[in-house]
Amino acid sequence: MEGERRASQAPSSGLPAGGANGESPGGGAPFPGSSGSSALLQAEVLDLDEDEDDLEVFSKDASLMDMNSFSPMMPTSPLSMINQIKFEDEPDLKDLFITVDEPESHVTTIETFITYRIITKTSRGEFDSSEFEVRRRYQDFLWLKGKLEEAHPTLIIPPLPEKFIVKGMVERFNDDFIETRRKALHKFLNRIADHPTLTFNEDFKIFLTAQAWELSSHKKQGPGLLSRMGQTVRAVASSMRGVKNRPEEFMEMNNFIELFSQKINLIDKISQRIYKEEREYFDEMKEYGPIHILWSASEEDLVDTLKDVASCIDRCCKATEKRMSGLSEALLPVVHEYVLYSEMLMLPEEIGKLEDKVECANNALKADWERWKQNMQNDIKLAFTDMAEENIHYYEQCLATWESFLTSQTNLHLEEASEDKP
Amino acid sequence: MEQAPPDPERQLQPAPLEPLGSPDAGLGAAVGKEAEGAGEESSGVDTVFVVVVVLFTFVQMTHNNFWLKKIEISVSEAEKRTGRNAMNMQETYTAYLIETRSVEHTDGQSVLTDSLWRRYSEFELLRSYLLVYYPHIVVPPLPEKRAEFVWHKLSADNMDPDFVERRRIGLENFLLRIASHPILCRDKIFYLFLTQEGNWKETVNETGFQLKADSRLKALNATFRVKNPDKRFTDLKHYSDELQSVISHLLRVRARVADRLYGVYKVHGNYGRVFSEWSAIEKEMGDGLQSAGHHMDVYASSIDDILEDEEHYADQLKEYLFYAEALRAVCRKHELMQYDLEMAAQDLASKKQQCEELVTGTVRTFSLKGMTTKLFGQETPEQREARIKVLEEQINEGEQQLKSKNLEGREFVKNAWADIERFKEQKNRDLKEALISYAVMQISMCKKGIQVWTNAKECFSKM
Repeated sequence: MEGERRASQAPSSGLPAGGANGESPGGGAPFPGSSGSSALLQAEVLDLDEDEDDLEVFSKDASLMDMNSFSPMMPTSPLSMINQIKFEDEPDLKDLFITVDEPESHVTTIETFITYRIITKTSRGEFDSSEFEVRRRYQDFLWLKGKLEEAHPTLIIPPLPEKFIVKGMVERFNDDFIETRRKALHKFLNRIADHPTLTFNEDFKIFLTAQAWELSSHKKQGPGLLSRMGQTVRAVASSMRGVKNRPEEFMEMNNFIELFSQKINLIDKISQRIYKEEREYFDEMKEYGPIHILWSASEEDLVDTLKDVASCIDRCCKATEKRMSGLSEALLPVVHEYVLYSEMLMLPEEIGKLEDKVECANNALKADWERWKQNMQNDIKLAFTDMAEENIHYYEQCLATWESFLTSQTNLHLEEASEDKP
Repeated sequence: MEQAPPDPERQLQPAPLEPLGSPDAGLGAAVGKEAEGAGEESSGVDTVFVVVVVLFTFVQMTHNNFWLKKIEISVSEAEKRTGRNAMNMQETYTAYLIETRSVEHTDGQSVLTDSLWRRYSEFELLRSYLLVYYPHIVVPPLPEKRAEFVWHKLSADNMDPDFVERRRIGLENFLLRIASHPILCRDKIFYLFLTQEGNWKETVNETGFQLKADSRLKALNATFRVKNPDKRFTDLKHYSDELQSVISHLLRVRARVADRLYGVYKVHGNYGRVFSEWSAIEKEMGDGLQSAGHHMDVYASSIDDILEDEEHYADQLKEYLFYAEALRAVCRKHELMQYDLEMAAQDLASKKQQCEELVTGTVRTFSLKGMTTKLFGQETPEQREARIKVLEEQINEGEQQLKSKNLEGREFVKNAWADIERFKEQKNRDLKEALISYAVMQISMCKKGIQVWTNAKECFSKM
C-alpha cells in the first residue's frame, strides 16, 4: 500500500518511488522455520575446472592493476543521494514475510519433481488471512517470473536459480543442488516482496496463497493480447535500435553493467574456488588430529601433550567447518544471485529497457535502476563483511585453542620443575 | 632462518673411564669468534647462509685434569662444486663448510680453530664408522639423502636452495648431537673429521672398520632365530617400528594439509586483483574495495613464511623418524650377539656330548666316525684317546669363548641400555619442545589472520 501511494505521488512531488520505501536492503531475513544449516555447495554443481583459466592460484602476479581507460564515474544524481539517505534512516516496515523450505520429492508415472513449502505471514488487508502455506514447484516459479516480466516490462525482475546444471551433475536432484535452489528461491520471493511495486502484483499474491488446483486454473489463462503485442513491439523496437545516438548517461550505465558483469563473474568463480579449497583442507585436517592420538599410544611420557595437540587440531577442524558453512550461507548465494542479475541485464531486451528508462526520464523507472544499484552495493558490502567476520571468528577460535594448550604446557612445566626441587 | 638460541641443557656428562670405542683425543678445539658468514666468494652457484652458532660445554679428562672448554661447531656455508668422481666422470655436488671454535672460559672470547669443507658422502662415512665401532650406541642420524614428504611447492631436487639450506641445518645438528654425546664426542675419527681436511677418508679406511662390520647386519631381511630373546630389546624393536610408522604417517598428512592450506591462502590473492579492477568503476565502493584488495594480497602472501616455519618443524620430526632406524640397529646387533652366543653354547654342548660318548663308549649321537667305525671296524684305543684329547681341547676353548661372549653380551646390554635411557630422555624433551613450537607457530598464524581480516572488514564496512 505504501508503495502504491508513493507511486501515485511521484509525478507530482518528484520523489522517487523506489528508494523511499522502508525496505531493508538485501531481502528477507532468515526465519526459524527455514532449514539450511549445514548444506554445502558442491563444486561439481558448478563445474569450475574449465572456466578457471583466469584464476591465479600459485603464482604471485605483481601486475595487479588493470585500470579501465574510459570514464568510470556516473554522476551522482540528487536522486540517488536521496535514495541513499532514505535507506539509512527508515526503519524496517515489512508487512509480508515469506519462507521457502521443506523440499519434497514427488514421483508420478510421467515424472519426478520437487516441491517446496512456502509459508507467508502478512498483516496486509488485501490478504484473506494472516498466514498461508502452499507447495510450489520450479515450474510455478518460472510462471510467476514470466507474469511479472509481462506486467512490468520496465522493471528489473529478480533472477531465478538456474533451471538445471548439465555439466558434472550425477543426479538431477542431489541434496546440495536442492538446498542451493531452495535458498535461491527463498531469495527470489523475498526480493519481490521487498520491491515497492512488484510486491502488490496480483499474480504474486495468487502464487503465495492459492491452492494447487486454483493456481492451475489461473495459469491456464494465458497472457493478455495487449501484453503479447507489447512484447512483439518491444522485440522489433530493440532490433531497430542499431546505431542511434545514445545519450551519455545510457552509455555509462551500459558500461557499468558490462564491467560489473565481468567482475561479479570473477568474484563468483573465486569464491567458489575458495570454498572448494577450504573443503579439501578440512578433509585433510580431519585425518591429522587422530594420528597424534595413535602416536600417544606408544609414548608414555608424551601421552598428555600428544592428546592435547590432537584435540586442538580437532577443534580447529570444527572451526574450519563453521567457516565453510558461513561462506556458503552468506557470500556464495549473494554473489551468485548477482551473477544471474548481471546475465539478465546484459541481454539486449534489458539494455533496451534501460535505454527507455533513460530516454523517458521517468523518475519512477529510473529509480528502479537506482534502487537496484543501491541494493547491490549494500548486499555485496554485507556479504564481504560477513565473510571477513567469519574469518576473524575462525582465527580467534583457533588462537584460543592453541593458547590454552600452551598455557597448560607451561603450567605443567612449572609444576614439574617445582616437584623436582628437593 | 636462524635456529633457536643455544640449548643450555645440552651439557655433556663426563665420559666413562674406559670408553668402549676408539680411545682418547677429546676435542681440544681452539676458539674462534663468530665468522661473518656472508660474502665468501665461491665458484658457481652460491648459497651463503647466516652463521648459526650453538654453544655447549664438555668435560675433557686428561691425566685426571679437568677443565671446561666450550666449543662451538657450525656448518656455516654450502657451496655448489663440480669435480671428477671415482669413474673420472664429471659431477656436481654441494660442499659444506664446518667451522670449529673454542671459547676460553676466562675471557669468553671465541677463536676459530678449524675450518674445512666436507660433502654429504663424508658425513655418511663418518656415521658408518661410528655404527661399527659403537654398536651399543644409538648413533644420531643424518638428514635425509633425498627430499621426502614434499608438498607441491618444495622441490625434490637435491640442488634446490631450500633443500640445501635445510640439509645444512640438519648436518650441523648431526655434528652437535655427536659432540654432545658423552662417549661419541671423544672419538678420534670424529675429532679428525672436524680438523683434518685432507686424507681423512684414508685415515678412516685404515681403521679397517669395513672389515670389522658384520655383513650379516646388512642383510636386512635375515632373521635369526633366537631362543631366549631379551624382552627389553624385543619391546624396543616394536617401539621403534611403531615410531617409524606413526611419524611417517604424520609427515605425509602434514604435507597434504600444508598443500591445501597453501591453496586456500593463494586463491584469496585473486580477490585483490579483481577488487582493484572493480574499484575503478565503482564510485562509492571504490576506495573500500581497493584497500580491501590490498589486504587480500597481504593475506595470500603470508602463507609462504608460515609454511617455511612448518618445514623446520617437519625436520625435527624427521630426525626422530631416522632415529627409529638407529634404535633398530642396536636391537639387531644385540640379536646377532645373542644368536652367536646361543650357537656357541649349542656347539659346546654337542662337543661335550660327543666327548662323553667316546669316554663311556656309548653311542647315543650319530656321528660319521661312528658309522665308519661300524663299517670298517673299531678304532684303536690310541685313536680314541687322540680324539678325546682333541675334543677336550676344543671344549676348553669353547668354554673360554663362551665365557667371554657372555661377558661381552652382558657389557653390551648394560652399556646399550644406558645409552637407550639417555636417548629416551632426549627424545621426550625434544619432541615435547617440537610440539610446543608447533603450537607457537599456529598461534602466530592465527594472529596474522585476525589482523588481516580485521583490516579487510574495516575496508568492507567503509564501502
